[in-house]
Amino acid sequence: MSRFRELVIAAALLACGPAFAQSAPPVALGRPALPQEIAAWDIDIRPDGVGLPPGKGSVKDGEQIYLERCAACHGEFGEGAGRYPVLVGGQGTLTKDAPDKTIGSFWPYASTVFDYVRRAMPFGDAQSLTADETYALTAYLLAMNEVVKDDFVLSKENFASVKLGNVGAFYDDDRETTEKAFWREPCMKDCAREPAKILNRARALDVTPDSKTGPKVE
Amino acid sequence: MSDKTVNRRAFMTAAGLAGAAVATGARAQTPDPLITEVQPWNKQLGDGVQANPYGSPSKFEKHVVRRDVEWLTVSRESSVNFTPLHELDGIITPSGLCFERHHGGVAEIEPGKHRLMIHGLVDKPLVYTMDDLKRFPGRINRAYFLECAANSGMEWKGAQLNGCQFTHGMVHNVWYAGLPLKALLDQAGVKTNGKWLLAEGADSAGMTRSIPIDKAMKDCMVAWNMNGEALRPEQGYPLRLVVPGWEGNMWVKWLRRLEIGDQPWHHREETSKYTDLLADGRSRRFTWIMDAKSVVTNPSPQAPLRAKGPNVLTGLAWSGRGAIKRVDVSLDGGRNWTTARIEGPVLPLSLTRFYLDFDWDGRELLVQSRAMDDTGYVQPTKSELRAVRGVNSIYHNNGIQTWLVRGDGETENVEIS
Ligand code: HEC
Repeated sequence: MSRFRELVIAAALLACGPAFAQSAPPVALGRPALPQEIAAWDIDIRPDGVGLPPGKGSVKDGEQIYLERCAACHGEFGEGAGRYPVLVGGQGTLTKDAPDKTIGSFWPYASTVFDYVRRAMPFGDAQSLTADETYALTAYLLAMNEVVKDDFVLSKENFASVKLGNVGAFYDDDRETTEKAFWREPCMKDCAREPAKILNRARALDVTPDSKTGPKVE
Repeated sequence: MSDKTVNRRAFMTAAGLAGAAVATGARAQTPDPLITEVQPWNKQLGDGVQANPYGSPSKFEKHVVRRDVEWLTVSRESSVNFTPLHELDGIITPSGLCFERHHGGVAEIEPGKHRLMIHGLVDKPLVYTMDDLKRFPGRINRAYFLECAANSGMEWKGAQLNGCQFTHGMVHNVWYAGLPLKALLDQAGVKTNGKWLLAEGADSAGMTRSIPIDKAMKDCMVAWNMNGEALRPEQGYPLRLVVPGWEGNMWVKWLRRLEIGDQPWHHREETSKYTDLLADGRSRRFTWIMDAKSVVTNPSPQAPLRAKGPNVLTGLAWSGRGAIKRVDVSLDGGRNWTTARIEGPVLPLSLTRFYLDFDWDGRELLVQSRAMDDTGYVQPTKSELRAVRGVNSIYHNNGIQTWLVRGDGETENVEIS
C-alpha cells in the first residue's frame, strides 16, 4: 500500500473519532455477564489480597479441619503420605541435591495457598470449603511452616501482613541475556578433540516401564 | 560392555556412504508363499462400511499407544502419559495419541452446559455459549506444537528413561480451529490498564495461569476443534486455550473464564510449579517460551535398528521462538554433523520433520540431533544447560539427546562427554 493511501485511511479513521480505530465492530453474540455470575466464578486471589472473601480462621481450627480433610493424603504433619505432595519443611534445601519445595521453603506468596486450597483441595472434592475454613487451613499450613505463631488468626484484614521468606528469590525469565551464547553459529566438523565417551546410561537405572515390548499382535 | 567410542572415521563410513554403497537386498531362495498362495484377504469379503462408524487403527497397531510411568506420580487423576513419537511420521499428532496431563482428571462437560466468561478490567463483561463461539466471525485454523515444560524433566541428572516416548513424549502437534482470542477480548473491550489475563479451566483442578495481555492479543486462540474433529475430552473438550510456542500448562483446558487484571496472579502453577530453580537457590519465573529442541525418534530405544544397509533416521524439531531453520544430525556423539533433510511444511511454532537417509555398516553409533530456529538459537548440549542452570530446575530441558546404537541395533539412552 502506498504511503499516501495509508495517510488517507488514517485521516478517515481519525475523522470517525479516535474510538473507531480501537474497538472492533460489535458482534451480536454473547450476553452481558451478570454480577452474581461473576461473583460465583471469580474466586481468584492475588498477592496483594485482591479477591479475598470476608472471613477469618485460626491455626487451631485449621488443625482440626486439616486432620479431617487433608491429612489422609498430605500426612498428619504435612510430610506427605506416600507420594502425595509434602506441604511442610524443606527450608535450606533449595541448593541441595534433592530440594524440598514447600510452602515454607519455596512458595513466594501466602495468597497462593488460599487461592489453591480454595479452588482445588481437597483433591476430588474441590470448592467444598467455606471461606472461614479456607482461612483456618491457610493459617494452619503457615503455622506448620513456622511463618505464623500457633495462636494466629488469619483474616481478610491481616492477610497482607503475612510474608513468605523465599519471595525475593524469584526473578523474571532472563534467558535472552544469561543464555545469549546459545544464539550462535554451530560447529559442523571436528567439534571436540577427544572422541565421545559414555558417562551414564538409562539402562543402569532400569526405571523404564517394560520398555522392551516390541510390536506384538493379539 | 566397554564404553566404546565412535570416531570420525566411523561416522564417515556409517553415514557418508549413503547412496554410494548399493546394499544387496536379501535374495529369495524359495518362492514366497505370501505371493504364490492366495491369502484369506484376497479371497473373502472384508468388513462392510459402518463396521466401525468412528474408525480406529488396524488391530496390528495395538502397540501404538500413549503410556505412563507409574512411579512418576501418585494418582492417575494427577498424572501424565506420553506420546509414542517413535511410531509416528509427518508433523501432525493423531488426536488419540496426544499425551495427556491432568491435575484433577478429565472433566466431562456437555457442550450445551459450557460457558465462557470474560470479565475484570473490560468495558463489557460477557458470557458466551459454545453456539455463540461457533457463529462468531473470523474463525481461523492453525497448527501448533504444545510441549509440557517438564518434557525431558526426568533427564536433568542423567540418562534415566529408555525411549523417546518417555524422554520427549510430552509434546504434540495439532491443527486447531477456533477464534483468535483477540476477537473475543475486543468485544469485551480491554481497558488500558488491563495488562494481564487469567485463564481458568472448569475442571476439578480449576487450573489457572496468568498470561501477559500482549501475548493474548498477538496469537492466542480459543479452540474447539483439533485435527478436524472436536477436541478430545482429555484435551479440554469443549474448549481450550492455545498459547503458541509457550509451555503446555498455560494452554488451559476446559476453558471457562478469562479475567483481565493489571498484575499477574502468582497462582500455584506459576510459583510452586513451572518456575525454574537454579543452582544458586534462586528461581526464574515466567519462563513461558519453549526453546528450540529436537529429538531423533528413529532409531531410539523403542525403535532399534533392525538391519544393516539402507536405513532412515528421522526425528522432530520445534521452537517456541519461531520456525525451524535447520537440523543437524551427528552419528559420532557430536564430533561431526550433517545437515538433515527437512521435509513437509515448515510452520512457525509447529513440529518440523527431518530425515537422514544412511547406510549402516553395523558400527556402534552415538546419534544426536541439533535444532536451529529462525532467530539463530541453536539447541544446546545438556552440559551447556547444566552449566547455566544446575540440575534442579525440572522444567525446560531442551538439551541435545544422545542415543547409543549398539552393533546389534539395540538402542539406549546415554549421556556422553
Ligand atoms: C485425596 C488426596 C488429597 C487430599 C484429601 C488433599 N489433597 Fe492436597 N493435593 C493432593 C494432590 C494429588 C495434589 C497435587 C495435585 C496436582 O497434581 O496438581 C495436592 C496438592 C496440594 C497442595 C499444593 C502442593 C504444592 O506443593 O504445590 C496444597 C497446598 C494442598 N494440596 C493442600 C491441601 C489441603 C489444605 C487439603 C485439605 C483441605 C488437601 N490438600 C487435601 C491430594 C490431596
